[in-house]
Amino acid sequence: MARSLRKGPFIEPSLQKKVDKLTTGGGKGVIKTWSRRSMITPDFVGLTFHVHNGKLFMPVFVTENMVGHRLGEFAPTRKFTGHASAKKVKR
Amino acid sequence: MARIAGVDLPRNKRIEISLTYIYGVGRVTALKICQKASIEAGSRTEHLSESEVIKLREIIERDYKVEGDLRREVNQNIKMLMDIGCYRGLRHRRGLPVRGQRTHTNARTRKGPAKTIAGKKLAPKK
Repeated sequence: MARSLRKGPFIEPSLQKKVDKLTTGGGKGVIKTWSRRSMITPDFVGLTFHVHNGKLFMPVFVTENMVGHRLGEFAPTRKFTGHASAKKVKR
Repeated sequence: MARIAGVDLPRNKRIEISLTYIYGVGRVTALKICQKASIEAGSRTEHLSESEVIKLREIIERDYKVEGDLRREVNQNIKMLMDIGCYRGLRHRRGLPVRGQRTHTNARTRKGPAKTIAGKKLAPKK
């Protein structure tokens, strides 16, 4: 939406290298990555990534529908555990 | 009586306005449709001849996705977002704003009417 089409999708070069290695080797395995900003391209489909959310690595299995989204969209950075109960607030 | 895409058009309005009563047709689309059908955009809906109405209906059916079909497509897209578990999908699931708006205050359109929380301290009056 925002990015110029002329530039093409952004993928961290180091991540792309890892993906290429894994797909050509045909081996399975997960790719650990901090690169939440990388766009998911069709050659990512079927791979599992461990995407850093600032604290943990969230496992993300890439399906066809996810193409065009970014890895970070699938690893939420916030954890909402609910509001404190009313009693606690009073004290 | 002009009935297009399952919607009754108001008869005493200009056709460019009447067409916007169809879900999926706004002002810009309405004007484009009028142009394609070579109908004066300012003419009243009730004064349209039967052939003109048919022409409009044909153009809308052929070139545009409106009403039920469009609603279904929109819902499908939202469902897809929820299924793949991306951030936007999560926000849809929780009924919170999807496009990064603040939720500290406002966001009532998404969250619905305010629910008062018992025991919450009120701001001190001065």
